[in-house]
Amino acid sequence: MKAIHYINQFFAGIGGEEKADHKPEIREGLVGPSLALNSMLNAEVTHTIICGDNYMGSNTEEAVNTILGFLENKEFDIFIAGPAFQAGRYGVACGTICKAVKEKFNVPVITSMNEENPGVEMFKSDVIIFKGGKSAAKLRNDVKVMADYANKILAGEELGSADEEGYFSRGIRSQVWLKSGKTAAQRGVEMLIKKLNNQPYQTELVIPKQDRIPIAPAIKDLSKANIALVTSGGIVPVDNPDRIQSASATRWGRYDISGTDDLESGVYKTIHAGFDPAAADADPDVVVPVDVMKAYLKEGKIGKLHKYFYSTVGTGTTQAEAARMGKEIVEKLKEDNVDGVILTST
Amino acid sequence: MVKEIEKAGITVVQMCNLIPVAVTVGANRIVPTISIPYPLGDPDTPKEQQWKLRYHRVGVALDALTQDIDEQTVFKVKI
Repeated sequence: MKAIHYINQFFAGIGGEEKADHKPEIREGLVGPSLALNSMLNAEVTHTIICGDNYMGSNTEEAVNTILGFLENKEFDIFIAGPAFQAGRYGVACGTICKAVKEKFNVPVITSMNEENPGVEMFKSDVIIFKGGKSAAKLRNDVKVMADYANKILAGEELGSADEEGYFSRGIRSQVWLKSGKTAAQRGVEMLIKKLNNQPYQTELVIPKQDRIPIAPAIKDLSKANIALVTSGGIVPVDNPDRIQSASATRWGRYDISGTDDLESGVYKTIHAGFDPAAADADPDVVVPVDVMKAYLKEGKIGKLHKYFYSTVGTGTTQAEAARMGKEIVEKLKEDNVDGVILTST
Repeated sequence: MVKEIEKAGITVVQMCNLIPVAVTVGANRIVPTISIPYPLGDPDTPKEQQWKLRYHRVGVALDALTQDIDEQTVFKVKI
């Protein structure tokens, strides 16, 4: 059995930040942490790949292609990177190269990082990342954890769940025969009994935590509040002056409705490519309810309707683009001290 | 977008049809709409009826902005 190990310029003894632009190289045999890995692994570490963290970060495609090129004529059964501890760029580099090697050569890949390493969030669904220490003081320990798991893979042993093995959950469910032979009904009742007795119990289906935003406070007096309309439904003036894309939008627009009591067909339309536009084109108020907002303004239910409505297209749009556009729109809303927003989505 | 607006401290209510998506994404105040292509008015119904539905649901959304909540909330609509 053969293994190849990836480490950065620092652990190869080449240098620190000043050498972080070091281009990828492959050396026969063992360098730095490879010695420890080789001693614990039931396989021979035949080669060590070294790359500077900045080079990997700034020239990712070239770095990955170079390294994949190194590996093309090599025989290896497993690929191990790091451990990267809390070193952010090193962690991202380990994740990047592990993912690429797995995709190209279809061999098991393993790395290790501390939970604070941004590489965890970026790669944990693609790569087995063991929960590592904060600093190189944990080097031997983190290497051993990876080596133990690698040995199980190489021996074809039964592998446990992410929690049992100690790596970050990849969000994958797999069916297993339980040694206990207990059915789901029995396990469910046992959990319920524990819950009723206030005893600790562990769900079998953990829902990953989401990035939650603190709830904005309630508006105390709506009759004095300034309310704005925002939509991801792609309503624009018929000539689409801001050239907002019909899908995968990167642009947004805002349109003056101070003199408009109703979004009329033929004046406004939708450019959203993700739904049948007939109804929205026939009456754009069904997506951006300007008509009823003007009614609520006249009744005095709201103090002010912000002068513009904001529009983009929410289909195929990446979260990053949506977040950026959201930030840009927020700037405009703040200029007019908007208190509340109705965001309509299609 | 809804998260960026709320992050800035501006109270926001999302009106949408795919409630589970809004919940997963992390919207805190949610008011359901009737469909994706025509969120606030079914074109097969008379104009007056569409207006009534839209007026009602946008009213629920405005009221949602005034309510203190301590968890993600999907507000109930009557029509």
